Amino acid sequence: MSYLCQTSHDLNIILDSIGIDTAEKVFSSIPEGMRLHRKLDIPGPLDEESLRKSFACRPSGVVFAGGGIYRHHIPALVDAVASRQEFLTAYTPYQPEISQGTLQGIFEYQSMMAALTGMDISNASMYDGASALAEAALMATKLKGIRRIIITRATHPAYRAVLRTYLQNTHDIEVVEIPFDPVTGRTDLESLENEADADSALFVQQPNYFGIIEPMEKIAKIASKAGFWGITVTEAISMGIMKRPGSYHPDVVAGEAQSFGNPVCAGGPLLGFFCVNKNHVRRMPGRVVGMTRDHDGKESFCLTLSTREQHIRREKATSNICSNQGLCALRASLYLSAMGPEGLRYVASQCASGARYLMGSLHDKGIQRIFNAPVFHEFVVSMDEKKRLALQEKGIIPGIPIENHYPELKDAMLITVTEMNTKEDCRCLLENI
Amino acid sequence: MKIPEGLKYTQDHEWGKIENKTIRVGITDYAQSELGDIVFVEFIEKGTHIASGESFGTVESVKAVSEIYAPVDGTILEVNEPLADAPELVNQDCYGDAWMVVIEMDDPAEADSLMDAKAYKEFLSAEAK
Amino acid sequence: MSAREYITRFPEIREPLLNTRSAKGKNTRVCPAPFDLTDLKDLDPAETMPDIPDLSEVETVRHFTRLSRLNYGIDHGMYPLGSCTMKYNPKISEIIAGASAAIHPADSNAMHTILRYCCLLQDCLLEICGMDACCLWPAAGAHGELTGMLLIKKAVTLSGREKNTVLIPDTAHGTNPASCAIAGFRTKSMPSGEHGYLTAAILKEHLDEDVAALMITNPNTLGIFESEIHEIAGLLHDNGSYLYMDGANLNAIMGIARPGDMGVDCLHVNLHKTFGTPHGGGGPGSGPVMVKGELEKFLPCPVIIKDNTERYTLSWDRPLSIGMVHSCLGNMGVLIKALTYIVSLGGEGLREASISACLNANYLKSRLIHHFDLPFNTPTLHEFVLSDLRQKDAGITTMDMAKTLMEFGFHPPTVYFPLVVSGAIMIEPTETESLDELNRFAHAMETIAEMSLNREQDLHESPRACPVSRVDEVWAARNLILTWDAYESNKGDVVSK
Repeated sequence: MSYLCQTSHDLNIILDSIGIDTAEKVFSSIPEGMRLHRKLDIPGPLDEESLRKSFACRPSGVVFAGGGIYRHHIPALVDAVASRQEFLTAYTPYQPEISQGTLQGIFEYQSMMAALTGMDISNASMYDGASALAEAALMATKLKGIRRIIITRATHPAYRAVLRTYLQNTHDIEVVEIPFDPVTGRTDLESLENEADADSALFVQQPNYFGIIEPMEKIAKIASKAGFWGITVTEAISMGIMKRPGSYHPDVVAGEAQSFGNPVCAGGPLLGFFCVNKNHVRRMPGRVVGMTRDHDGKESFCLTLSTREQHIRREKATSNICSNQGLCALRASLYLSAMGPEGLRYVASQCASGARYLMGSLHDKGIQRIFNAPVFHEFVVSMDEKKRLALQEKGIIPGIPIENHYPELKDAMLITVTEMNTKEDCRCLLENI
Repeated sequence: MKIPEGLKYTQDHEWGKIENKTIRVGITDYAQSELGDIVFVEFIEKGTHIASGESFGTVESVKAVSEIYAPVDGTILEVNEPLADAPELVNQDCYGDAWMVVIEMDDPAEADSLMDAKAYKEFLSAEAK
Repeated sequence: MSAREYITRFPEIREPLLNTRSAKGKNTRVCPAPFDLTDLKDLDPAETMPDIPDLSEVETVRHFTRLSRLNYGIDHGMYPLGSCTMKYNPKISEIIAGASAAIHPADSNAMHTILRYCCLLQDCLLEICGMDACCLWPAAGAHGELTGMLLIKKAVTLSGREKNTVLIPDTAHGTNPASCAIAGFRTKSMPSGEHGYLTAAILKEHLDEDVAALMITNPNTLGIFESEIHEIAGLLHDNGSYLYMDGANLNAIMGIARPGDMGVDCLHVNLHKTFGTPHGGGGPGSGPVMVKGELEKFLPCPVIIKDNTERYTLSWDRPLSIGMVHSCLGNMGVLIKALTYIVSLGGEGLREASISACLNANYLKSRLIHHFDLPFNTPTLHEFVLSDLRQKDAGITTMDMAKTLMEFGFHPPTVYFPLVVSGAIMIEPTETESLDELNRFAHAMETIAEMSLNREQDLHESPRACPVSRVDEVWAARNLILTWDAYESNKGDVVSK
């Protein structure tokens, strides 16, 4: 395939106008010694049918995997509308007069995310939940007096890893991890109490990586002693049924909203979200859309608060982020609008009910949970590698092994149930164990 | 370009009005016109001690951020708090209502080394070249 | 032929906010119900329903479809944003990526195939760039820069040297210094030479013990090839410093010249620019990072391993890695689209794309320099920068001209960047524009130059034929209405006239 347009006639007109006789002379400013004097060794060119055949890939039939990336029903309208070229092929809306569609779509995303999290303000998106959490921690380190970042060990292992990557050169900042209770799977409140003080910023995941509901009221009480605190959410669907994170009055709620209308797509693109209190708005990373008026007084939208950002404040910017996950945020707007309040609550209830159903069936078969506290739609059981691989061979993905991240949890596996699973899936899993 | 007589000026385009041992500070007409429409101002807390040349706040337009620097060593005595809610005053009345802070000078003699209106005018025309 | 003949007209639509149509009970969607609902008291559920609009499916579809019509996309017409490479986004790429949409990253059966694609993409990128090792996970260009600077920081630190400065030419993107700051570096800006590129002589003046790296964009944001880059790399290496290249402008040199052969130690490329993946109104992008062998051991986790049974798996066993940079495996959908693009063109196709991109830009330049100031006379590749110097005396600014271009059915070029040119107009047509479209654009620009002589007011008041007229960004920044709630409490103030 080629997407070029010039005929040889056109080419002659172009060369004439430039004043060169061969096309290669357009590169005269590249010194000879730096030129590539051979052809690139790359497969292709391929026609569309060959491409389709070369890149065919099917998912396994039965999947109980989640762990921060979730399979959910995506209403057909999300793909239909989000794939409109006017949204898909537009650039960042730096020219508001011809980008009102993107801008209003993002404004509505911000409004819904603020409402769902119970926070004042949402930005226009981050890369993913892990970088959203890392940026929240970076934001905290720039506040007066913050010396330590406290994070619960029951926070998604990849999120903790990315946080450490982002903070590795932030001098004099220590990262402390709070253990979880080996029986309940909840964060150990006593350790949290001992660590939290005014010089620290504290982050907790709800529900936590094991799917467990953390005792947020108690945590919030402890966290109020910290200089700054935040809640991270890796399963946005949980906000359809649980109390809003903002009701615990954190400084920031940052996490992952892929579940809102974005497919799992082998790991990405994901949708990081970032919501803050009003008083932190000027320290917030990333773009934000504001309402304004045009020359004629008509309501309109534009990017605002740009002086925080890299293209203006350069090395002093609140973050280096430029491209974000705009289209994924638009998909979230479409998803939430398509589902509505009842639909979102219902999906959340289905997920939680499904998890309880499978948990009960496994229990009957003698497979026990490792932790005993209530969960949203994920839970941890013990299943050795041999069993897991045998299931995998049969096209059943029973969950995600997590022992590599938690060596003390031998053979631990995280099982996730969503509304995309069925009782038939559960039966299939049980019969094949 | 307004450059009132009787004020002191810095190379960073701040003006200062000497009032006994204190100096009232703002940004010049030139600075506000270079920045364009001001949308946000922020100053450090009252009571902070700062050295000459240190930043005591920022002024922002839509497309630019500018630090504002202390003309002398001293302690921030007063901050123009209403300015935060009406940043457009910096464009409208930069030498009047849009004063920014009052600094109690450690050594009032330090202010003598700042430019007067004539010197600042010359400085501006030299910078333009 | 009048340029106005082809104008893309926007519809006359005023679309109210989504929540204003909401009423309880409108949404009658039937959701999947595979399980019987059980008692969920142990979840301590919220007492109220989620606070989002209640709308019928038709209303949702119409609302967002109407919004889409207020946007300008690459399929409308030319999108000559300099340094953004807004080329045509092949439709087949969407279909190929869509085929992987349902694969969960823990689905090892299917991921084996996906990781094979990833390896192929890595190999292609390494061949195009002349580098040794690659990490595909950074989710955007700036994310790639951060990854690259963290690698360099780690390499410098482990070697026991104290090097904290990164040099950046004044033509650089703002993300460069911002990424350096997070990686723990100080940045120092350097002037470009009088001909618009960095000379070895200028570098020598700024190079000292503390310099860990130079970050350079090549070709740079003036569209000029950094012709002394080889010598620059030599100076840096002799000083124990690294050469980092921002690959934002790779579209100029595919199959023509390779960063690796220029002495570059580390670079990121922007798949959403060079490899034709859609920008989606701000993202998702993708910013893979490539390094020379010496830096490979620091690349982020996980890395893709091909075992002796030809199976592809992921490994976290990298003791010197800077760590993870992403929740999972980067913007995989974007990676698959980029791979589709690369193999659909093949090596020769990529080279032809770069040639055509440079010819198209130089053609436009050859026409527009008769009407606009060209601040640097050095030969350029895929983009070039004009200024408003010749229009300024009539009181016409780059902003006026950019906004007027919309009236002619074009997205404006990048404006007021790079910062080294006052009133910069940075034009990058890309290879996917026909001669007709280039002519239409040139004609529009020529007409605007004429208008600046006798119809200044029309320019100041542009655009008039867009969904909204010139937007008041100052008002937005002073009032900060960022949500529906804030709008509700400020309603009266938004529309003042």
